Amino acid sequence: MDTITKREIILDNYSHPYNKNKDNVDSYIKVNSNNESCIDNIDLYIKIEDNMIKDIKFDGEACAISTSSTSIMIKNLIGKRINDAIKYIENFENMLNEKEYDENLLNEALVFDETYKQSSRKTCVTLPYTGIKKVLMQYKK
Amino acid sequence: MNRKDFPMLENNIIYFDNAATTFKPKKVIDSINNYYSNICSNVHRGDYEISIKADKMYEDARNNVAKFINAKPEEIVFTSGTTESLNMIVNGFFDKYLDEGDEVLLTLSEHASNVLPWFKLALKKKIIIKYIELDSTLHVTLDNVLKAITPNTKVISLASITNVVGDERPIKEICEYAHQNNIFVVVDGAQSVAHKKTDVVSLDCDFLAFSAHKMCGPTGVGVLYAKKELMEVIEPTNFGGGMNESFDSINEIYLKEIPTRLEAGTPNVAGVIGFSSAIDYLTSIGMDEINIHEIKLKKYLVDKLKEIPHINIVNEECDSAIVAFNVDGIFAQDVAFYLDKYNICVRAGSHCAKILKDAIGIKNTVRISLYFYNTYEELDKIVDLLKDKEKIISEMI
Repeated sequence: MDTITKREIILDNYSHPYNKNKDNVDSYIKVNSNNESCIDNIDLYIKIEDNMIKDIKFDGEACAISTSSTSIMIKNLIGKRINDAIKYIENFENMLNEKEYDENLLNEALVFDETYKQSSRKTCVTLPYTGIKKVLMQYKK
Repeated sequence: MNRKDFPMLENNIIYFDNAATTFKPKKVIDSINNYYSNICSNVHRGDYEISIKADKMYEDARNNVAKFINAKPEEIVFTSGTTESLNMIVNGFFDKYLDEGDEVLLTLSEHASNVLPWFKLALKKKIIIKYIELDSTLHVTLDNVLKAITPNTKVISLASITNVVGDERPIKEICEYAHQNNIFVVVDGAQSVAHKKTDVVSLDCDFLAFSAHKMCGPTGVGVLYAKKELMEVIEPTNFGGGMNESFDSINEIYLKEIPTRLEAGTPNVAGVIGFSSAIDYLTSIGMDEINIHEIKLKKYLVDKLKEIPHINIVNEECDSAIVAFNVDGIFAQDVAFYLDKYNICVRAGSHCAKILKDAIGIKNTVRISLYFYNTYEELDKIVDLLKDKEKIISEMI
């Protein structure tokens, strides 16, 4: 993916983030994601049924990279079984940590394939993942 | 001013985060190296030459700091920084002094270090925290202080200059009124002592806390100033070596005089020596000259930023060299990341003043905080980079 396309995808997910609302989330599991080194702070709302992620929404304040990373993560995780979701996250983290990964599983998340070069932005990209992992690990079988 | 003295400025960066910490002149770095290279030994021992020398330098530093703020040497305790100093004031003095129902006056623009120790004490002692109202320009006026005082007010604790809004408080007037009503005044000097002349006798504050690293000194050193009669009754919060005279059993512990009694354990000798060197350095430039130069820079920056329609300055009326702003529709941290690509260091966030959002309705800002080594050319560069909003958006990621 070329740099211009990556930029467009990131900005599109920042300007029009997917499921950035907390409408009707009463039955959802809520988890907060923040990190010490930056000011991003988001709440994730996750609906899990029959061992499957049915829906994810989010709300809060975050920078362009964190917001778009959350938006892309949500699109990629909805509809996945818990174990497949965990595999997806592991694969994504492998990409960020310069390990071997399968790019066919990542869709738009591939825009972050060069984030490892910017240590300050890595925490932004991983922000939503720290929260969702806490929830998924509890459901893991 | 004096840019050639700072090795960090040779790294091709523009540093606008001086409210967080400042760069160190070579003279300060050399003084620390000299201690570690030539006279490395513990203080308060004095059995051999280098220890006597280190001890003398440590106590000379105390005299130097005292002179710098017009205090007596026994009124100066070295701490790890403003945070530790404020915690010692709250836990070593006010824990004993305050009773249930007593009131502490703070403001919504205080730094966490002047809020959280009081919150903890409030839970423990059932004292009440109240806030002095800020005016429309986010200043503390004497009128609003008087309005907030009740017969139960026992202490007013506030920064002389705040770290986000950068407003200066009328400390001398507040102290005068407070003392007529038997109210103590604690001053957080982290953002003021570095930038303008401080005279504790003239201010008449009861306690003052500040840090070396915000005034060209090393990290990990700070000062707790208290009037002598108050210093005498501060309970040590740390016990151990260096602060006791003798001890035989649990009932027979004899402590040293102030200020040593409040400096348990081996102090940060290198840091204190470096701090003293920083004070010499600042004095050689002149605190008034520093202040005048910074305010000129700040005014120049504010005038330039005001011309940019998509920039909203939060603290236009501030008195110090701090400018907090936002770019319309762009998250503060994205602005900071964008500027970082041009080697410009600014801070984005709430700047540890987390209850300030209740007063200004804005949680996060981009903060430029200046020091005397900043230049007009550096300001032109950042203004130029902030002028084009499309450029910020396309380069912030």
